[in-house]
Amino acid sequence: MGQQIINGLFLGSIYALFALGYTLVFGVLDILNLAHAAIFMLATFAALALVTTFHFPIFLALPAAVLFAGLVGIVLERVAFRPLRSRADSNISGLISSLAVATILEAVALEVWGPNISRFPIGTLSDARVAIPGGVVSRLQLTIIAVAVVMFLALTWLLTRTRIGREVRAVAESPRAARVLGVNVDRVIASTFFLSSALGGAAGVLFGLAFNSISPDMGRSVELKGLAVIILGGMGSMPGAVLAGFLLGLTEVFVVAHLGASWRDAVSFAGLFLILVLRPQGLLGAAGAREA
Amino acid sequence: MTERLADFYGTYQSTIGYIGLNGLLALSVYTTLSCGQLALGNAGFMAIGAYAAVLLTMEAHVPFGLSLLAGTLLPALVAVPLGLPVLRLKGVFLAIATIGFGEVVRLSLVNSEAVNGAQGIVAIPQKTSVGLIFAALALAVALLGRLKGSKWGFALEAIREDEPAARTMGIPTGAYKLSMLALGAALAGLAGALEAHFTFMVAPNGFGFDRVVDMLVFAVVGGSGVVFGPVVGAAFLTLLPEVLREVAPMVGIEPGPLRMAVDGLVLLLVILFLPNGIVSLAGVIRARRSGRRPAGGTESTR
Amino acid sequence: MTLLALDTLAKAFGGVRAVDGVSFDVKAGEVHGLIGPNGAGKTTVINLVSGLLRPDGGKIRLEGLEIQALAPHRITACGIARTFQSIRLFPDLSARDNVLVGRHLLRHPSLLARLLGLPSAAAEQREAEEAAAELLRRVGLGGRQGERGGNLSYGEQRRVEIARALASAPKLLLLDEPTAGMNPVEVEAVAELIRKVASEGHAVLLVEHNVRLVMNVCHRITVLNFGRVIAEGSPAEVGAHPDVVAAYLGHAA
Repeated sequence: MGQQIINGLFLGSIYALFALGYTLVFGVLDILNLAHAAIFMLATFAALALVTTFHFPIFLALPAAVLFAGLVGIVLERVAFRPLRSRADSNISGLISSLAVATILEAVALEVWGPNISRFPIGTLSDARVAIPGGVVSRLQLTIIAVAVVMFLALTWLLTRTRIGREVRAVAESPRAARVLGVNVDRVIASTFFLSSALGGAAGVLFGLAFNSISPDMGRSVELKGLAVIILGGMGSMPGAVLAGFLLGLTEVFVVAHLGASWRDAVSFAGLFLILVLRPQGLLGAAGAREA
Repeated sequence: MTERLADFYGTYQSTIGYIGLNGLLALSVYTTLSCGQLALGNAGFMAIGAYAAVLLTMEAHVPFGLSLLAGTLLPALVAVPLGLPVLRLKGVFLAIATIGFGEVVRLSLVNSEAVNGAQGIVAIPQKTSVGLIFAALALAVALLGRLKGSKWGFALEAIREDEPAARTMGIPTGAYKLSMLALGAALAGLAGALEAHFTFMVAPNGFGFDRVVDMLVFAVVGGSGVVFGPVVGAAFLTLLPEVLREVAPMVGIEPGPLRMAVDGLVLLLVILFLPNGIVSLAGVIRARRSGRRPAGGTESTR
Repeated sequence: MTLLALDTLAKAFGGVRAVDGVSFDVKAGEVHGLIGPNGAGKTTVINLVSGLLRPDGGKIRLEGLEIQALAPHRITACGIARTFQSIRLFPDLSARDNVLVGRHLLRHPSLLARLLGLPSAAAEQREAEEAAAELLRRVGLGGRQGERGGNLSYGEQRRVEIARALASAPKLLLLDEPTAGMNPVEVEAVAELIRKVASEGHAVLLVEHNVRLVMNVCHRITVLNFGRVIAEGSPAEVGAHPDVVAAYLGHAA
């Protein structure tokens, strides 16, 4: 039981990080960024390259890869979203342009690293076991949970205590009002993409370390789950995304333990579907925002 | 000459068939887009149509026409109880809810022993001809084309442009949106039933998220403002990889990842520079030549 | 004869009582003005009557029938049509097609005939298009039928909106600031149009800032302030009412 809870928290922390990035962009721009999963993947490969080719220790490679992911996010915004922003159907065309970029990024990864599964070298992160009440956890799992928690705290601090954070929230509230108040909306949106992609990249590196299985299509399995998490948490709600991320992680672990692995995704999506029909505002979302 | 033509047909029969199937699928997304709704449950509807038709053909041994009919009607029936709650959602929320529905359908099939789970069903008798696919496509185009400019077509455009205003014109917007969802489901189901009897097999993973994204891409890249747009988009994007495969080696592009990148690049360029899709290309070029802005711009003509 | 009756209608947004126990009647065939300072609740009344908002309390009756719980399209079917303060034409449709959409409820083509391309469907279509063109001529836009809604001038758009509302042959026409942003010549044309519409038997509920226009065209006027009725009567009575003068000059009513 304790073992399962730890496993669930561990998986959930990765989902939560990934979904936080997703929901951040959604909250600010009302669009879904389908390239988020590709950045998740690309950051993992970046960390892998730093560790294997340049012999970085993982504790340097992780922040470097996160920074890289953030920069890719800024480029993504420039190429795929900014040109479409004034269009009436920007939420549909943005979906497609981000998908196009995702395809290109995946092609790049395929070209550079090939379709096979790559792995971090043994010993990148210690997997020594630590006994806890009710089970055993690896140091790797604890490290991942700790990194995730630090990133949640850093993001919270950034959004509530810094100028750019307040501006991001102002633009999310109302882009027009923010512009009237003198906020540089372009810069805020670029920052949002940086933060979002950095979080997605962090989730990717942690995922790569956790499962040690890195491939150009690794983002696909997380992409739809990220959607499930942001819906469950209430789209645009960051505490909701974290809560729902952990909830999904725990649910998956318990479903696998009690029903079997093949039911894992079915239960998540049935839950997602029911939430949307019964409580469309999600667990922590504001009511009324998403009905016509 | 005829021999070479037959040869060509033999090689590309599958591609030609897929141009038609993808055209139907693109139209299935176009139906809901035409009233401004981004509903992405069509991979699920397609799966329902495909499995229903296959089971009727293989287990109940009913005539193929009846299988097709069931594969068309069943998804439309499922769309009604689905649409009643989810069509209250707007924009991306509707999209995600319907994606969730599609995944529920796919994963239920994966977990159903009765239909052979993730393995799917194989050795389905091939009953679909390319001619039949294009007959179905022509019928769908004719049907949707007739709606354009009619009382119903104007109501759909009104809903797309301003739903609350449309309601004050006396248009029952909920009923219209539900009808278009059901019509889209029927088209997707028909395409699924046709495809299953065209390719010998069905498997749940053929009906994943990628599949519905493809449908949306066909529709938007072709141009979702006119009936022909999605059909042109489907033909263009189905042929593109084939053409690239033929042409790429000649210009020194190796097959594989680079071709995938070109695919993505073309998609990006179309969405960035042709907001009304490929079908608007001719108009854009003509406007450039005569130095005028394309029609549909916002500037006043007074 | 009373056409529309509002009975202690109430609507609050958050803690603000936008409409607070409003009652008044609109009689068949008359132009009824609804005026008041900004934020008095005029547009909220229009939104409640047209069904875009649900009242928190009170009743709305059209010819004795309660309509406050009906969906907007059903209310339109009962005989109420409206225009919008912020113009809401369908910008990509032509002027004529906008009016054609307004005619939705009066059209009864056969779907089968249309799909089969039968002459009866084409005849119905022609008839509806001719009716829409006639309405545009009535509002003085006979020559602008094919123009995209979004390309029309501001005043033209307002007139197309009126034509679109008239296309459903309403018993009651709700006009929400139909002259906002117009020059005096255009305002006079709209005033003339409102009189003509009323003389043809449509009742009009007119929300308007232009007090002179209201005084000129309305048979009766209701004055709102802070969501409540503060005066009602003929233009002369209302114009002389001390509370109305105070409300417009910004003193406490």
